Amino acid sequence: MDNAPENEPNKVPPLPSSISLISTLGVVAMLSGFLVVLVYEYTKPIIAENQRLATERAIFKVLPKASSRLTFVIKDGQIKLADDKTKGELIYAGYDAKNNFVGLALNAAEQGYQDIVKLLYGYQPDTGCITGYDVLKSTETPGFGTKIATDEQFLANFNCLDATVNQEQSGLINVIKTVRHGSKNNPWEIDAISGSTITSNAVGRMFNKSGQALHPTINKNLDLLKSAKQQRGDHGQSK
Amino acid sequence: MANPNKEDTPITMDVFTAGIWKENPVFVMMLGLCPVLAVTNSVENSLAMGLASIFVLVCSNALVSALRNFIPKQVRITTYIIIIATFVTLVDYIIQAISLDLYNKLGAFIQLIVVNCLILGRAEAFASKNSFGKSVISALGMGLGFTLALVMLGGVRELLGAGQLLGYQVFSLNFQPWIVMILPPGGFIVLGSWLLLINYFEQRKTGKLVAEDSASHCTVSQPRS
Repeated sequence: MDNAPENEPNKVPPLPSSISLISTLGVVAMLSGFLVVLVYEYTKPIIAENQRLATERAIFKVLPKASSRLTFVIKDGQIKLADDKTKGELIYAGYDAKNNFVGLALNAAEQGYQDIVKLLYGYQPDTGCITGYDVLKSTETPGFGTKIATDEQFLANFNCLDATVNQEQSGLINVIKTVRHGSKNNPWEIDAISGSTITSNAVGRMFNKSGQALHPTINKNLDLLKSAKQQRGDHGQSK
Repeated sequence: MANPNKEDTPITMDVFTAGIWKENPVFVMMLGLCPVLAVTNSVENSLAMGLASIFVLVCSNALVSALRNFIPKQVRITTYIIIIATFVTLVDYIIQAISLDLYNKLGAFIQLIVVNCLILGRAEAFASKNSFGKSVISALGMGLGFTLALVMLGGVRELLGAGQLLGYQVFSLNFQPWIVMILPPGGFIVLGSWLLLINYFEQRKTGKLVAEDSASHCTVSQPRS
């Protein structure tokens, strides 16, 4: 009698009911959902604070003369004072200790070799110069694409990269573009890094895209940006 | 229902240590090689990926083992995937909360722990057939073995590819880094070299044991004079 199953090798064990299968998956999915929500709710403010600190660090890096900053949002060609949680195209204005405007920090992003590269760059509307950047996100090839953050020759392109707005206030006078290593002739050109052309080109494209889209609106609303801090007094995020 | 056929065997030290060396997931079983090759360009990344994998491996194996008598055989793989994906999502949030820089460096490979065959393999082959305690201890050993392998690769790649270890300069500044080592081909080269070295010593050890064994047999069989 004990050997009965061996004598009937083709006998298929009965399937459990569909209700049993569905209820098992349902219970496991509910448990999973509970755990995910629990950890999400716990880590959400910590992650938001980390992101705020990372943005803050980047803003004061690209605007070294700034001691405080205000956040603005660009919407429908208008610039309005906002906070860091506002949805939309955020720009950050930096001010010195006497509340004088020292420049803007703007976001730019473009597809690189591996993934999207995100930068925060400094812009001086009075001179039309892009004056450096900080890499917010990059998964580019180590030793090649990552050089955009460290290569001194490449970073020298951004001592004053020309991003001046045209008279019609419709875009930039010159298209910002990346040129082959060693062939830069104009202040709006970026001398590429030899061996990491794709990432260098991505940097050029993102500055041009961001410049064409944001700089004209910024120039039109420059007075608002310059006077916002003095009107608000000491409010705003400090270093 | 899962078949609890190995539950009677006691928990021994071997359950823990097997995964670290004798059954090392990378050097012996060759499991989870995608993150092994992708993120081991520095010791820091290797350690972070190793610790994240240990967390997912231990938690998912614990839950699979605890629920093994309630999970019908027909939906077991789906259930394991849900459980693994849950813990990967948790570790994703936790790493973001600990360090955004680290999270950005590891990129998509944190989410890809879901498809690491080591984790699903251990859930199916071990946790679903063994007691809770044994599954947790085995998962911890396997996780440590996986981390050890990642760090062994990451150490060599960072040292030769950047002249550094954990960000500290080891070689002089005149050292010309072997960039290939921190690129994907470097992962293959270093993994292959480690496998060569480990197998060489294993074979030498086995050869010695065989020689000793046959020598002792010869001594025993020698007739007394």
